[in-house]
Amino acid sequence: MSCEPWQCGEIASTKKANPITKPEIAVAMIKRAQRPLLIVGSNATERYMEGKQLIEYVIEFANASKVPVVATAHMVGEFIKRGYQPAAFMNAMEIGQRVVDPEWMGLDGKGHPDLVLLVGLPYYVESLMLSGMKHFAPDLKTMTLDNLFHVHAAWSFPNASLEEWAANFKVMTEKFNGGN
Amino acid sequence: MTSKNVHVKIDEMKTNSGLIKNFELSIGKVMNDNYDEPMGPTPMPSLTALRDWDMKLLTKYKPFYMPDCDLCCLCTFGKCDLTAGKRGACGLDIATQSSRIVMLACAIGAACHTAHSRHLLHSLIEKYGRRYPLDVGGLNIKVEAPVSRLVTGIKPETLGDLDDILTYTEEQITQVLAVGHTGQEGNNLDFESKAMHVGMIDHVGMEVGDIAQISALGFPKADPEAPLVKLGIASVDRTKPVIMAIGHNVMPSVGIIDYAKDKKVDDKIEVVGLCCTAHDMTRYYNRARIVGPISWELRFVRAGLADVVVLDEQCIRTDIFDEASKVDAPVIAASEKNCMGFKNRTNDSADEIVSDLVSGKVKGVLILDPEKVGEVAVRVAQQVAPIRKRKNVLPSIEEVTQIAKTCTQCSKCQRNCPQDYAIPAAMKAAAQGDLTLLTDLYETCIGCGRCEEACPQKIMIHSLIIKAGEKSMLCEDNLCRSGRGAVSDVEIRNVGSPIVLGEIPGIVAIVGCSNYPKGGKDVYDIAREFASRRYIVALSGCSAMSAGSYRNSEGKTLYEEFPGGFEAGGVLNVGSCVANSHIAGAAIKVANIFAKRSLRGNYEEIADYIHNRLGAVGLAWGAYSQKAASIGAGFWRLGVPVLVGPHGVKYRRMLLGRKEDPSNWEVFDARTGDKVNVGPAPEHLFNMAETKEECMVAIAKLCIRPNDTWKGRSIKLSHYVDLSKRYLGVMPNDLHLYVRTMADVPMTMKEEFAKILADNNWKETIIPDPTLLPRMVRKMKE
Ligand code: SF4
Ligand code: SF4
Ligand code: SF4
Repeated sequence: MSCEPWQCGEIASTKKANPITKPEIAVAMIKRAQRPLLIVGSNATERYMEGKQLIEYVIEFANASKVPVVATAHMVGEFIKRGYQPAAFMNAMEIGQRVVDPEWMGLDGKGHPDLVLLVGLPYYVESLMLSGMKHFAPDLKTMTLDNLFHVHAAWSFPNASLEEWAANFKVMTEKFNGGN
Repeated sequence: MTSKNVHVKIDEMKTNSGLIKNFELSIGKVMNDNYDEPMGPTPMPSLTALRDWDMKLLTKYKPFYMPDCDLCCLCTFGKCDLTAGKRGACGLDIATQSSRIVMLACAIGAACHTAHSRHLLHSLIEKYGRRYPLDVGGLNIKVEAPVSRLVTGIKPETLGDLDDILTYTEEQITQVLAVGHTGQEGNNLDFESKAMHVGMIDHVGMEVGDIAQISALGFPKADPEAPLVKLGIASVDRTKPVIMAIGHNVMPSVGIIDYAKDKKVDDKIEVVGLCCTAHDMTRYYNRARIVGPISWELRFVRAGLADVVVLDEQCIRTDIFDEASKVDAPVIAASEKNCMGFKNRTNDSADEIVSDLVSGKVKGVLILDPEKVGEVAVRVAQQVAPIRKRKNVLPSIEEVTQIAKTCTQCSKCQRNCPQDYAIPAAMKAAAQGDLTLLTDLYETCIGCGRCEEACPQKIMIHSLIIKAGEKSMLCEDNLCRSGRGAVSDVEIRNVGSPIVLGEIPGIVAIVGCSNYPKGGKDVYDIAREFASRRYIVALSGCSAMSAGSYRNSEGKTLYEEFPGGFEAGGVLNVGSCVANSHIAGAAIKVANIFAKRSLRGNYEEIADYIHNRLGAVGLAWGAYSQKAASIGAGFWRLGVPVLVGPHGVKYRRMLLGRKEDPSNWEVFDARTGDKVNVGPAPEHLFNMAETKEECMVAIAKLCIRPNDTWKGRSIKLSHYVDLSKRYLGVMPNDLHLYVRTMADVPMTMKEEFAKILADNNWKETIIPDPTLLPRMVRKMKE
């Protein structure tokens, strides 16, 4: 499991992501967050693990963790088709701009998110959004749930196989469902 | 127009009002012309003349920066780490650095177009003289140069007049470049304003180049029925010698075509082009062929189809000489801006150069005389073709499988592919004899070759992809409408009212390069969707080629299926990159011809008009270049929103409105001076759409304008809702922000809207005469 940026050119200077060595760490951080938010991009229906689309894993995870989901691109309809209602749907840049704005009061108007999770955007789009967050919201915690290392995130899973990725999702979902 | 230098020097003069001493006044040029419009407030604007306008836009549409690099390495104080609020040695922060890079990209783009236009103009003046009259559309066009008139206040009539305009653009580009130096501008918004300034200048530079070449080279003149020309690799007759020109400057191709015609061998050779040179070549000679966009360079050369490669300028692979050498195709560089390290042979005799290239004594030459390029290219192609016999570097199908077996599945190719394509999986399948995945890659690959650079096994991955896709490559036989140039005044008169009132739901300008996330079919799909909905679809550059590369169920290309006029449901190809200026020009002409607003030096008022009334959207789905950045910046300053595809995030900043903030959306009602909230129309000035589906919906929404009549608004909303349901699978969540009175609600959707409006505490508002400029208010309230 390497901790080099998946797309080799997306390198960072002095502030680089901490690797999430096991899914339990991610779960602990999400549990600790008061106002987490999960941004899900268009690869949610393009990427598969063990014959199942990423979006299916995301729905299970979101149902278990109760983290509100923002669907970007045309993913909202894909979620609804599968019986899951995301908290919001928005263009990726629009949600990116909002999370770096300290005045933004979140989707429900009750407060700024303290942890932003991202998964399934095209790698380079996600990378640049994370860069925007790293530079302009330095206190915001960011985390990716992909199997691709994102150096601009605060926390990222290392590059991992599809099997490992599926296993990570299963563990995270289980932990939120009350498993040990 | 005539011009002259004026210099007045008064040592001492007594007048009624006093004594003048040592007065000196120099004016470079005085325009003694027959342009009867009064001069507006900002002819030839300086760096700051339109700064207030820019700041209005930048307050409404705030930059969202996504630094592509944490460092700055532009001077020897650096590298400076600008991460998360740190400042560099010069005091610069990352927002300012990001905007500085945006500005520099736009300056490079504008310089590129302007230098291209300068070369064209120089060559054409040399050939035809300064007094050669401009003619971009005969009697159908009285406003021949709307962008130039608007920005400079000059109404050009001859090639010589264009010279004055270009001198101004060159000065401004220099000024903007100077701002990029260390220790200039400490504020990101000022860099943004200058990016818009140079974008505006870019459109002037492009317009000069295109109207010069339309006038002097006899290109189609605002012709909705400009000829349909052959497009695609299969359209090339491979039994004839093939000359392939790459780039943007048509002059060397003109030399080739003229020589071939003169020697009566034009039907014995094939002259084909890649990138915008291809467009302009067919505007000059409709039997030339368009091979495809920039991403087809390696395909065509590696497949051995070019016998001679002629390079002019811009967007040419810098390793094309190595690639051509591998297939024994001689290369002629023909631009001072792209000498490729070749010896300058301009002053040598054509016989000598031909002999050297044919014998292989030299493999590339620099020739800076387009006529000599023409002779050498034609003669070399004729002699080389029988020798090289389409030598290519593609493996056989059996070899593809053998080579694929050497793949170690290390994934380095995928990790270096800009598109993150699953190449290892395609290799695995190919190793087992199944080329389906490699063939799929052929359809979407942008031909960059980065995968090969990364492969430790030195597998020529792109060549494998080409081989797998060869069958479909050799069936690419489509049609593109030759670039028609400007939009005529008559067309503007016909559509001005329905556009401004919103009854033609919008103008979608699909422009720019081919860095598409999933191939060119998306461009075709988007163009077809909006043409079918009777939007006006204007195309240019590589996008115009991609749009012509697919056929409908009846076998018709887009250009056969839809009319080529600037009309509801029209699909028009304006032409090459420099022809993009006609799209901005059409918007400007609506303000002038339909709304009778004065153009001359009157930028702010016209931009305000366009921004509030004209439902136009630019889409650069595959934008990659600095030129695309400057074209975009020119549209931003006019208040026209621009969308890019996902790779456009790498321009590193968006200009986004916040729809939930009512203060963002206030305009003055010019009738009363009252401030009226008109909703997020348009919502953004520059944004990225992640997928084709999202893009479709975003375009429809971005066509909404404050000035829409209720009828126009209801038409626009019905498209917005329909596209949203179809492509996003939901009703839009912001409809209440776009309904001003119940009459805006589409007839068939009353019930659905009623619920949405009730849920959102909607209140009726008025339709103002919208303006962002207090000075446009006719009767200010006490
Ligand atoms: S220009 Fe400024 S930030 Fe950039 S390297 Fe020089 S000192 Fe550092
Ligand atoms: S040539 Fe095609 S497959 Fe290779 S890196 Fe470029 S886009 Fe990817
Ligand atoms: S880089 Fe080369 S060896 Fe590695 S997976 Fe790609 S094709 Fe195979």
